[in-house]
Amino acid sequence: MKKPQIAADTRPWRDPGAKPFVRIRNVTKTFGDVYAVDDLSLDIYKGELFCLLGGSGSGKSTLLRMMAGFETVTSGSIEIDGQDMATVPPYERPVNMMFQSYALFPHMTVENNIAYGLKRGGMPKGEIADRVAELLKLTRLENFARRKPHQLSGGQRQRVALARALARRPKLLLLDEPLGALDKKLREETQYELVKIQESLGVTFVVVTHDQEEAMSLATRIGVMRDGKIAQIGEPQEIYEFPNSRFVADFIGSVNIFEGVVTEDEDDHIRIASSEAGCDIYVGHGVDCAPEQILWYAIRPEKMVLTREKPEADANVTHGLVQDVAYLGDMSVFRIMLDSGKRIHVTQTNSTRYDLEAISWDEKVYISWASDAGAVLVS
Amino acid sequence: MKRGLLVPVLTVAGFAFLYLPIISLIVFSFNESRLVTVWTGFSLRWYAELFQDSQIVSAAILSLQIAAVSATIATVLGTLAGLALTRFGRFRGRTAFAGMVSAPLVMPEVITGLSLLLLFVAMEAAFGWPSGRGFTTIVIAHSTFCMAYVTVVVRSRLLDMDKSLDEAAMDLGATPVRVFFDITLPIISPALISGWLLAFTLSLDDLVIASFVTGPGASTLPIVIFSKIRLGVSPDVNALATIIIGIVAIGVVGATLVGMRRRPRG
Repeated sequence: MKKPQIAADTRPWRDPGAKPFVRIRNVTKTFGDVYAVDDLSLDIYKGELFCLLGGSGSGKSTLLRMMAGFETVTSGSIEIDGQDMATVPPYERPVNMMFQSYALFPHMTVENNIAYGLKRGGMPKGEIADRVAELLKLTRLENFARRKPHQLSGGQRQRVALARALARRPKLLLLDEPLGALDKKLREETQYELVKIQESLGVTFVVVTHDQEEAMSLATRIGVMRDGKIAQIGEPQEIYEFPNSRFVADFIGSVNIFEGVVTEDEDDHIRIASSEAGCDIYVGHGVDCAPEQILWYAIRPEKMVLTREKPEADANVTHGLVQDVAYLGDMSVFRIMLDSGKRIHVTQTNSTRYDLEAISWDEKVYISWASDAGAVLVS
Repeated sequence: MKRGLLVPVLTVAGFAFLYLPIISLIVFSFNESRLVTVWTGFSLRWYAELFQDSQIVSAAILSLQIAAVSATIATVLGTLAGLALTRFGRFRGRTAFAGMVSAPLVMPEVITGLSLLLLFVAMEAAFGWPSGRGFTTIVIAHSTFCMAYVTVVVRSRLLDMDKSLDEAAMDLGATPVRVFFDITLPIISPALISGWLLAFTLSLDDLVIASFVTGPGASTLPIVIFSKIRLGVSPDVNALATIIIGIVAIGVVGATLVGMRRRPRG
């Protein structure tokens, strides 16, 4: 999937001198005894499409609502474009929000919904009409200007909500599960559209989602949230290939995790003895660990190879029984019970149309992987 | 087959039990005879006599005025109470407030009336207002108990309303006051109208509370009817009752229709 161009050209988060557009510093939000957001710090840069990804109760929506001003900050500070937001009410922030329920005003037509924010801003009538026409065109709603929200389909309502949120040309647009209420097909189309609009307007987007696929395809960077904290922050590829904990590895995509103990700790490699994997795991780079330390090796299903013959190697080869094969068209998912009793997933691309020799149920197979295929995790 | 007969019979019996008295009252209001229970022929003479009775006409006008004023006050106060209960989170004393606002719904009218009377007398003794009892005191009393009904209606509507509508308006630059008039008020307006109509009919109906807090020269329609009945049932009261039933029926049907009007979906 194509990434927004802006991410390829400029990646301000890689430049330590860059000035963040949104600065969140040690923000905590409590509801009674519950810490919804817990001492969280985060920088978001201009032009980014930043995704806050997490399960329900991870605090992602609360963080978004604090940026919009609907929730007060218990402690810490939020700065947007250099201005501290602590005392700024929601109706004076340079921020607009697209709500999960869309929150379209049911008693107003589509054009009045879009114009509402402009009227509050005191824009002259003629200019309002021009801006509304421009937004209707951008969101392909020209023919629906005079309809009421209840006369629209789900996808059309979503576009009205987006147009209304963009009308005031906010510096920062907050989107709460923007695609959550759409069906799968429409969601994929809308996803591209959202990225296109974001690129063409250059607005900074912060998107809250629980859908990891959505986050991966939309975001310039992802912040994975758990229990009110950021578990990991990074570009989609970093999060997927270099997770920093078992939680992140497991939350994004599917993964096989083997527990093991360090037996060799050298500068250029380490070796892990894992009874779960049923073999030694050789990692072709140095890791900050100590001999005898217990750690975990996370490897994605598509990075493992299945063979009937035993590959020549003294590590990264194990053996098991195929219990189930799920044919998904583009690839097949093999469920394998290792000799150690651990169940793993392996996916193989179906690169030929009709393979009589394909590995099937109840076959004994060797599973192997390269020395740089997985990630070593210490937590 | 047996069951097929039983249900209609029970239904007819049930409706007869509820509405026969009212129907007989309406029928006898068109009776020619002075004797209320003997039918002698169709006539509108009691309606004509009714409108010549200045006491009844002025009582009717007074009742309508009281009902209109107290329904309006009750709607404003009830809406504010409904907003406080649904839009301001869990403030200190919220549960107590919710309970006390709806207390007049279950409070015996005699007690409401008596306590208001004692209050008005004490207030007059303490600082001279309200001087005497009449229009003002009835309006205050009616606003108080009607407000409870309006609060219930408005509150349930506000609970139905998506809170993010208010937030969206605020996010688009509307101050809280603007949000109320641009978004909240239009969306809950059906509840306000049905609340007002409900309060209006309740006020028009009330005899017990009005008798406690009224004074010389301020006899509402129910008070006048009740005092006339004590001197014997006269046919013009039947005519008056028929008219009141008509007004109340229109009010209740109107309130129901407004309440049922298809709620706009967001």
